[in-house]
Amino acid sequence: MSRFRLPKGGRIDRARPISFRFDGKSYGGFVGDTLASALIANGVHLVGRSFKYHRPRGIMTAGADEMNALVGVGADQTRYTPNMRATLVELYHGLVAESQNRWPSLGFDVGAVNDFLSPFFPAGFYYKTFMWPKPAWKQLYEPVIRAAAGLGKAPTASDADRYMQCYAHCDVLVVGAGPAGLAAALAAAETGARVILCDEQREFGGSLLASDTDTAIDGLSAIEWVAKAVEALARHENVTLLTRTTAFGYYPHNFLGLIERVTDHVAQPDPALPRERLWQVRAKEVVLATGALERPLVFPENDRPGVMLADAARTYAARYAARPGTRAVIATAHDEAYRAALTLKQAGVQIAAIADMRPQAEGEWPAAARAAGIEVMTGTAITGTRGRMRVSGATLARIKGDGTAEKGEQFACDLVLMSGGFTPSVHLFSQSKGKLIYDEGLKAFVPGASPERNRSAGACAGETGLHATLESGYAAGEGAVRAAGFGGGLSGRSLTVTEKISAGGGFAGAVPHGRNPSFVKAFVDFQNDSTSKDIKLATREGFLSVEHVKRYTTTGMATDQGKTSNMNMLGILSDTLGKPIPEIGITTFRPPYTPVTFGAFAGMSRGELFDPARRTAIHDWAAEQGAAFEDVSLWKRAHYFPQAGEDMHAAVNRECKAVRESVGVFDASTLGKIEVVGPDAAEFMNRMYINAWTKLEPGRCRYGVMCREDGFVMDDGVVGRIAADRFHVTTTTGGAPAVLNMMEDYLQTEWPDLNVWLTSTTEQWAVIAVQGPNARKVLEPLVGDIDLSAAAMPHMSVREGHICGVQTRLFRVSFTGELGFEVNVPADYGRAVWEAIWASARRFDAVAYGTETMHVLRAEKGFIIVGQETDGTATPDDVGLTWAIGKLKKDFVGKRSLARAQMSNPQRKQLVGLLSLDNRSVLEEGAQIVANPNEPVPMAMIGHVTSSYWSSVLGHPIALAMVKGGRVRLGDTLHVPMPGKTLQVKVVEPVFFDKEGARLND
Amino acid sequence: MQKFSGFSLIRQALSGHQGWQAQWRTPEPKASYDAIVVGGGGHGLGAAYYMAKEHGLKNIAVLERGWLGGGNTGRNTTIIRSNYLFDESAALFDHAVKLWEGLSQELNYNVMFSQRGVLMLAHTVHDVQSFKRHIHANRLNGVDNEWLSAEEAKEFCPPLNISPGMRYPVVGAALQRRGGVARHDAVAWGYARAADALGVDIIQNCEVTGIRRGVNGAVEGVETTKGFIGSKRIGVSAAGHTSVLMAMAGVRMPLESYPLQALVSEPVKPVFPCVVMSNTIHAYISQSDKGELVIGAGTDAYTSYSQRGALHIATHTLDAICELFPMFRRMRMLRNWGGIVDVTPDRSPIIGKTPVPGLFVNCGWGTGGFKATPGSAHVFAHTIATGEPHKINAPFTLERFRDGLMIDEAAAAAVAH
Repeated sequence: MSRFRLPKGGRIDRARPISFRFDGKSYGGFVGDTLASALIANGVHLVGRSFKYHRPRGIMTAGADEMNALVGVGADQTRYTPNMRATLVELYHGLVAESQNRWPSLGFDVGAVNDFLSPFFPAGFYYKTFMWPKPAWKQLYEPVIRAAAGLGKAPTASDADRYMQCYAHCDVLVVGAGPAGLAAALAAAETGARVILCDEQREFGGSLLASDTDTAIDGLSAIEWVAKAVEALARHENVTLLTRTTAFGYYPHNFLGLIERVTDHVAQPDPALPRERLWQVRAKEVVLATGALERPLVFPENDRPGVMLADAARTYAARYAARPGTRAVIATAHDEAYRAALTLKQAGVQIAAIADMRPQAEGEWPAAARAAGIEVMTGTAITGTRGRMRVSGATLARIKGDGTAEKGEQFACDLVLMSGGFTPSVHLFSQSKGKLIYDEGLKAFVPGASPERNRSAGACAGETGLHATLESGYAAGEGAVRAAGFGGGLSGRSLTVTEKISAGGGFAGAVPHGRNPSFVKAFVDFQNDSTSKDIKLATREGFLSVEHVKRYTTTGMATDQGKTSNMNMLGILSDTLGKPIPEIGITTFRPPYTPVTFGAFAGMSRGELFDPARRTAIHDWAAEQGAAFEDVSLWKRAHYFPQAGEDMHAAVNRECKAVRESVGVFDASTLGKIEVVGPDAAEFMNRMYINAWTKLEPGRCRYGVMCREDGFVMDDGVVGRIAADRFHVTTTTGGAPAVLNMMEDYLQTEWPDLNVWLTSTTEQWAVIAVQGPNARKVLEPLVGDIDLSAAAMPHMSVREGHICGVQTRLFRVSFTGELGFEVNVPADYGRAVWEAIWASARRFDAVAYGTETMHVLRAEKGFIIVGQETDGTATPDDVGLTWAIGKLKKDFVGKRSLARAQMSNPQRKQLVGLLSLDNRSVLEEGAQIVANPNEPVPMAMIGHVTSSYWSSVLGHPIALAMVKGGRVRLGDTLHVPMPGKTLQVKVVEPVFFDKEGARLND
Repeated sequence: MQKFSGFSLIRQALSGHQGWQAQWRTPEPKASYDAIVVGGGGHGLGAAYYMAKEHGLKNIAVLERGWLGGGNTGRNTTIIRSNYLFDESAALFDHAVKLWEGLSQELNYNVMFSQRGVLMLAHTVHDVQSFKRHIHANRLNGVDNEWLSAEEAKEFCPPLNISPGMRYPVVGAALQRRGGVARHDAVAWGYARAADALGVDIIQNCEVTGIRRGVNGAVEGVETTKGFIGSKRIGVSAAGHTSVLMAMAGVRMPLESYPLQALVSEPVKPVFPCVVMSNTIHAYISQSDKGELVIGAGTDAYTSYSQRGALHIATHTLDAICELFPMFRRMRMLRNWGGIVDVTPDRSPIIGKTPVPGLFVNCGWGTGGFKATPGSAHVFAHTIATGEPHKINAPFTLERFRDGLMIDEAAAAAVAH
């Protein structure tokens, strides 16, 4: 075993050894290790390279705040993930990881030349240069910058894993299962409340997992207490325990996003399990027990591999039985580093010295350290380190009264530990829009008041010491559960804690040193290589707001989002600007707390499930006939029905001819349908539609047009009056939801006095259109109780009866210009009735036709399609529908807007027909129309082609267009400039076939 | 103004960069100015710059409630394009693109305008019709925009999924090669520095709390947290807060304010060469020079002044991104934020005069204001300085909503049949 693996202790399972690879080399570890702890236990500290200067970097933390040790994990591209924090990657057998942002190797990285050139690359250097010569930005500078930037590499293959999502409600959500969170959950669970407890780690316990051996809670060791607490929680059916689960976002109204990592730690995952699970939790009350993060010290060369946070080093020794070095120099402004020194000394690490910036260090921990024979130097700062791939020495110097330091003394070491105190993790609290209060003692912000129902407990609330943390956890749990409406509480709780108390303290800012500040690098944001001199440069250049400094220097913008850098940046700003920290303020905390996988947000919404595909009752029949389909909003619609060897045009030509000559059958089920019912139904229709409805008799239909408030056409469709108080409204396929929404909006907010009910019936009715001269003959044998004759059932009428024994609403309507019917039957009978109609129709050489043929046939008749002829800017008059407006109505939606001056400007675009002068060119839909083809660009465009088809029936192309003042241009020749040629068109009336409508009324 | 260049950088390096001066002053407000711009974003700072540079006004102040560029300038996804449908819009946005093309040199500040191409994906027959209409109109307006087949689109953007088995297969795309992205903060800072050099007072942490009008109704100045500041010409350029400010002068604006979210991934090496937008499945994406994937979508559904949005919006944005680019499923969201956008009834901006003499407004850019920054600032400067609109912004009046002369770019998203 490696000499860096301690012979006993820790939370690793020595019975289950693991082998893994890092940068192609094989190593061993144990279940319970993280990648970081296993590397440390193998004596590996060099793990990555920094973003800008490509400086060698090691493992600095033991948790979510890691900014240096980022690795790519995954044996193949379908499961490769870049930028993983080695401190959070759980080890499993066969894990493959690699370092990033280096070429050709981690040890020899060409990019490190940036470090030598760094004097020319201060913060924001790129704003000042690369501007000359101008084309070089695109050709040279930007490609070079882009290639240099970025950390890991995105996977190149599609992800092989799946992700799931779930929703949950609870009375109390406890975030974080360290001592405070466990205590809060215990207190809340006791009352019977629904509790969810989540923690980002593989096991509950938080800081207690790295507890000192002599710490005791209620007579139990810390680990025993955790086990007992978890066991007690697990006994409650109302408690959900989520390990490996990070609460990453706090959204309005106590809505939190949690991400559970289900299989990333498993070598051979169960294929039935998702990789991750996104929990969206609505909690009555939230307890935040998110702990605190240790602050680095900002001193020259504080970034070398082997420089670590003191508490992280302690955690590696105590929790993972990994010895982070052999000889340590410790620099601190806080008592906890002494605790680390003692743990490490026990683990066989020689402690060269502890340099404490504070003038005195007299608490229980410093006393214990001194008693153990460790040299303690107070009033002393660390002013530099040596070594390149691994730290080899540190300089400690006495701090002078003027804020600088003496020359100092060199100490050989392979480990430098630092502690600037602890920053409460107020991320989620701040996301909840809670107010932060600056605590001078901690040199950090702590939670104040929140508009949400939450409370913070333990270290994230600024508590120090285990006893105080547990007390605040119990109190928060009790408080939360009472606020959620539960009585009682934890019965017979005792709390005795044996611990040494940290005196606290802390430091934020740049550590004093006697060296030339312009030529040393003291890192504030390690990953982004932003240094204390960068921050000073920013202030010199006038960037005085903390947000400006952040953006100009990129401090806090790395993948740890400022977890370790924000407070030090504020400290330096405070010094530089001579302003206290609370006056400088703090940058906004944004979700997520730690990065969250895109795939988890997408969940099952992929492929077919990306959007629900809506299919009609007749869909399968069409598919069996070999129909091609098109997407129309969520629907799959049969586009055309090709026969062997036919392309779309051949199929459409055949389908069109058959409808005009005999009969065609069309699935119109996707049209939106709304049942408008009630004593005030006619009045409601009068207000919603531009048409008049009062006089429409039951049994008759009318083509309805609906405008938005702004007077532009929004939707259209045939409306049948079934009874005095009942309308069968149809809408466009895509417009159905918006129409119903607008109707409901008006009904509920503007006209609550109207006695009307609205029901979407789109999916209740299957609709079969039978169109063509033989349509009546097709239906007659199938319909028993409805007289289909022209006299009994004229065009635009509706009857209720039966077809094939099935109840029907039978409309006589036509979108083709032919004699036509639309058979509405309950959707469950749709296919059976369709097949019966199809069998009947085949006696007449019928075709089944799709949307393309429908488009051609209606265009031949000049019927508009909302969304094709109209585009949200056309009034009813623009598309020739003035006749539909109920002139005597006092009001309807859009009427007032239609009265605006410009709405009746004769130069508005109007619907016209176009014929190609060459009689064969089919215009391109969307092509622009000009009066003068010889004008230079920009040309004056007077219109555009909205619909354009080859009419097989007429034997020439036809087009509809919107043209400025089009109705007075009838007969004019206009021009359609296309790339390379200009087509000539004649403006005609927008009806090409059966202008008199004789066929409709047959 | 201290000149920025590679040489100055080297020279300063020798002295440890101690010689760099403040990029702009931090003045206290004077008692009065010839013109005041309310709002220190790109549009407002740019307007001040062009007023000083092209209209000879020397006594100008920009008042910013917080920090420069802290509104939508510093929150957007930086997409720049000009392939708009209507003549009025194409003229306005292409004016901006032309100014973008020389902006780094104009300001002596590298705004990193990167013309990497904006690809807009078509997924349905309706999309094809709409995009073709844009392409034809753009061609005749002299704005570049070309149609690509799905295969050509993939060649231009290799990560794109064009599998026919997708729920909404990519059937083609419109490409504007002159489109791209820029570094948003640098736009605000570059204009601030250049304006300051021309004598413009840039006053941060100065919130306007009232607009004072005289007996004849004309503006006389603004009440601020730093006291009253007089001016007979006031331009409001405060996206996300326009309605509130204009109400101070008694003007009710036809605006609704919605949160708009954006997000970035962790940085990775170059993997995404261009900008891709899909209106049908609601997402857009590019990769910043730093390596982050920059992603956005539509607004939240409800009006709000809170600069954050709901989780389900980000969720839907990312499912669209994963569908279009399955290789990004394992990428991770690093940061998700929100801004407030002011939306007009026709989705086009208002740049011009108001019923109050001396009060001008530039607002209503919805989700697309950043791309217009230099063009908008330029014509707004003209409007404030001369009292009359430039011919490019003449159609973008407030009165058009009263008269019905809309410029409805939402036309592209009209309902499908």
